[in-house]
Amino acid sequence: ADYSPFLGIEKGAVLQEARVFNDPQLDPRRCSQVITKLLYLLNQGETFTKVEATEVFFAVTKLFQSKDIGLRRMVYVMIKELSPSADEVIIVTSSLMKDMTSKTDMYRANAIRVLCRITDGTLLTQIERYLKQAIVDKNPVVASAALVSGIHLLQTNPEIVKRWSNEVQEAVQSRAALVQFHALALLHQIRQNDRLAVNKLVSSLTKGSVRSPLAQCLLIRYTSQVIRESANNNQAGDRPFYDFLEGCLRHKAEMVIFEAARAITELNGVTSRELTPAITVLQLFLSSSKPVLRFAAVRTLNKVAMTHPMAVTNCNIDMESLISDQNRSIATLAITTLLKTGNESSVDRLMKQITNFMSDIADEFKIVVVDAIRSLCLKFPLKHRSLMNFLSNILREEGGFEYKKAIVDSIVILIRDIPEAKESGLLHLCEFIEDCEFTYLSTQILHFLGIEGPKTSDPSKYIRYIYNRVHLENATVRAGAVSTLAKFGAMVDTLKPRVFVLLRRCLFDNDDEVRDRATLYLNTLGGDGAVVETGEDVKEFLFGSLYIPLEPSDDAFDINSVPKEVKTQPLAEKKAPGKKPTGLGAPPAGPPSTVDAYEKLLSSIPEFANFGKLFKFSAPVELTEAETEYAVNVVKHIFDGHVVFQYNCTNTIPEQLLENVTVIVDASEAEEFAEVASKPLRSLPYDSPGQIFVAFEKPEGVPAVGKFSNMLRFIVKEVDPSTGEAEDDGVEDEYQLEELEVVAADYMLKVGVSNFRNAWETMDADYERVDEYGLGPRESLAEAVNAVINLLGMQPCEGTEVVPNNSRSHTCLLSGVYIGNVKVLVRLQFGLDGPKDVAMK
Amino acid sequence: NSCPAVKNILILDSEGKRVAVKYYSDEWPTNSAKLAFEKSLFGRTLKSNARTEAEITICDSNIVIYKFVQDLHFFITGGDDENELLLATVLQGLFDAIALRLRNTIDKREALENLDVIFLCIDEVVDQGMILETDANAIAGKVAIQNMDASATLSEQ
Repeated sequence: ADYSPFLGIEKGAVLQEARVFNDPQLDPRRCSQVITKLLYLLNQGETFTKVEATEVFFAVTKLFQSKDIGLRRMVYVMIKELSPSADEVIIVTSSLMKDMTSKTDMYRANAIRVLCRITDGTLLTQIERYLKQAIVDKNPVVASAALVSGIHLLQTNPEIVKRWSNEVQEAVQSRAALVQFHALALLHQIRQNDRLAVNKLVSSLTKGSVRSPLAQCLLIRYTSQVIRESANNNQAGDRPFYDFLEGCLRHKAEMVIFEAARAITELNGVTSRELTPAITVLQLFLSSSKPVLRFAAVRTLNKVAMTHPMAVTNCNIDMESLISDQNRSIATLAITTLLKTGNESSVDRLMKQITNFMSDIADEFKIVVVDAIRSLCLKFPLKHRSLMNFLSNILREEGGFEYKKAIVDSIVILIRDIPEAKESGLLHLCEFIEDCEFTYLSTQILHFLGIEGPKTSDPSKYIRYIYNRVHLENATVRAGAVSTLAKFGAMVDTLKPRVFVLLRRCLFDNDDEVRDRATLYLNTLGGDGAVVETGEDVKEFLFGSLYIPLEPSDDAFDINSVPKEVKTQPLAEKKAPGKKPTGLGAPPAGPPSTVDAYEKLLSSIPEFANFGKLFKFSAPVELTEAETEYAVNVVKHIFDGHVVFQYNCTNTIPEQLLENVTVIVDASEAEEFAEVASKPLRSLPYDSPGQIFVAFEKPEGVPAVGKFSNMLRFIVKEVDPSTGEAEDDGVEDEYQLEELEVVAADYMLKVGVSNFRNAWETMDADYERVDEYGLGPRESLAEAVNAVINLLGMQPCEGTEVVPNNSRSHTCLLSGVYIGNVKVLVRLQFGLDGPKDVAMK
Repeated sequence: NSCPAVKNILILDSEGKRVAVKYYSDEWPTNSAKLAFEKSLFGRTLKSNARTEAEITICDSNIVIYKFVQDLHFFITGGDDENELLLATVLQGLFDAIALRLRNTIDKREALENLDVIFLCIDEVVDQGMILETDANAIAGKVAIQNMDASATLSEQ
């Protein structure tokens, strides 16, 4: 039976019982019991009305009359629980203040805690004197009570607490373990904005004696903060206080060892040498019998593996045995770590171990593993077959929507980024939709098939899968399948006859949308079933994204409200680094930021339509300084025989509207270039960016270079910002922009290789060139390396762009593809010649 | 703020119902939010064996260390970047202190019969999220003053 002394307890009855608090002769045991019942009620979620709470509070205050310590303790807890309001607090203030100065340590300590909990600023100034005394009280419980209360009060009354610095400082020297801990915490909070003071505190304590593991952990955290803030990365010798952290790895308390190890792994720009002792210690924890230690270690190593996978590989064996850990969080962390640190040869073995593991864990863990597998596949693209098979297998097993979506997103990303995986990936997705319970996923996959399928070597093999959806699924999926079929028909002329036959069958579908779509496609794809090309504008009309989506509205739609001019989309900022790669859900018609997208944009402009394939586009280069009236940056598009400058302009003046905006380019210092076309901007209103294009012809296949000076020319009309209306007449004006250059690096694509050595060895020795250069005095080795990398415009490989501190030499590996599809590999050896001169080979 | 912080301490029975709980964070503002958290946590940890060694899990992006004894489930919750071993030490201190006060009979019945002791122990371990004490003897000592008289003082720890 479920015994409980509180069985049948009821709030009303207990509140009645509380009347005993008013008795002249108090029975301490009885009163304690009633308080316990009240606390139990509150704990179980019972609430007191304002009236009830007030009554209980007043009753409880009567209990100060008893001298029973046990009862007084319960009274303290009860008052804190009731959180009396300001006017109620007054009743107990004097009793509590009396306790605060009592001979009984327990009373002093707890009265302080209660008072500080319920106090306001005025009361606080009254008792401040006692609190300061309490902080240096010889009884540690009292001191701790005051210090901890100070920490809380710092949030609401900082000016008052800061006055206690001297006493707190003294308490930091206390021999009582926890008093030092509390004093240290409070002192640091008081001083935390004073970098020098924190520095001093850390310096003295790292040399002094710290009396508890808790205080030591705090000290480690403050030391990390000091290290972080002592900016100098180019300092000779070791990091300040590193020795202290490393020494803590030998502390007798495990929590300190762990705190130090973790702190080391989190140091800014930590080197492998610095990491080693920390990782050694964490590795030992991996085989501890205590799950908490194993978990803490594997979680930390998992984070390290993200940036320094090589440093963690020594732990791989221990990690592998954690895959079968009873604690599933530990097992999942171990697996994802192995996926980050594993090398190509261990992938197959790892996948075998993971397969057994997956059925054992919850969806949320599975998603983590899926993400790690995707990263692994991107790292070792040659392994795409086995990894893709794995993903496809788990896709077909039991799982929730988020989990399946994560797998599908991963497959999509792999298809996009690994060309060799495309065909098998698409087939896996086709097989999945044969049996997919989630309409959202089916339609998204069908849409994706429509984009990628037509580009493959044999698109016809996907038709069967797509058409089956039209038979077997719900209306939403059927409609999606119809669109996909049509897309295949539009993009692949040879498939038109077959697609037409299938689309005609869809004319008899039950659902309006399905029939309407089929009708639309049949009528617009052209050729009536014959093998003819579908016009580009038709494709754009059918499958392009809408510039302005149709919003639901109550007014009837008026065709005249649609602007007739083709407006290019305002381009968004470059994608933030480190952003998670998006899968299916990624908005398709976003701002162009890939070669394909830019190519599409440029070829949609008739004047540039026949420039051919876009080789490269540069990052935007600012042509104006910050905070100017007109902000302009330029993207250089490189084709085989042309370059196109895309000037992205923003008008930052609300009172102006610019019209007929062009860029006048002076190419007198770029002899090999001849201007052939320009596309001005009709209108540039405030805060609505637009693009101007100017195209130059250049000798085909030649990496011509030159300088171009630019002038913005426009008609400016004044605008009344309150109405947004512009005057009818404008004035012609010009605005000088900065020069832009086309340089050799513009003809180089940054394409990395995963195994530089292999790539180097497979290249013919006849094509190797060696040369030596003196770079002269440079700021530092790292600066010289960076400058050369930027000049060449190539992709650094295997992390060799990072120059360790204090190196006197460095090897940097670069790879890229030069215009004309020429693969280039560069091996740079840098050395410091004398104090500042850099030599390079 | 780099000070270690405790978000809650929970003692639940073998069906996940509350014996004694204390929250120190606004992360669960309503009672139903608290109950939902307790339910979720209890469900996740039910099947694990946290009797010999304390176990650990992540719940709603928080670290939770837990320990089971008889029909009681003890939990302590901290933020996601808290030092796990530190939290475990706090839980162990509370656990051992309760064991000392209850003379090593730690089960639901004893706990409910001595709920005042439980509340006091929790009160002496964490103050509004700040760790007050982790040594079981010290905690038990602070709670055990029932038998002393009013003029007694606590000896130096």
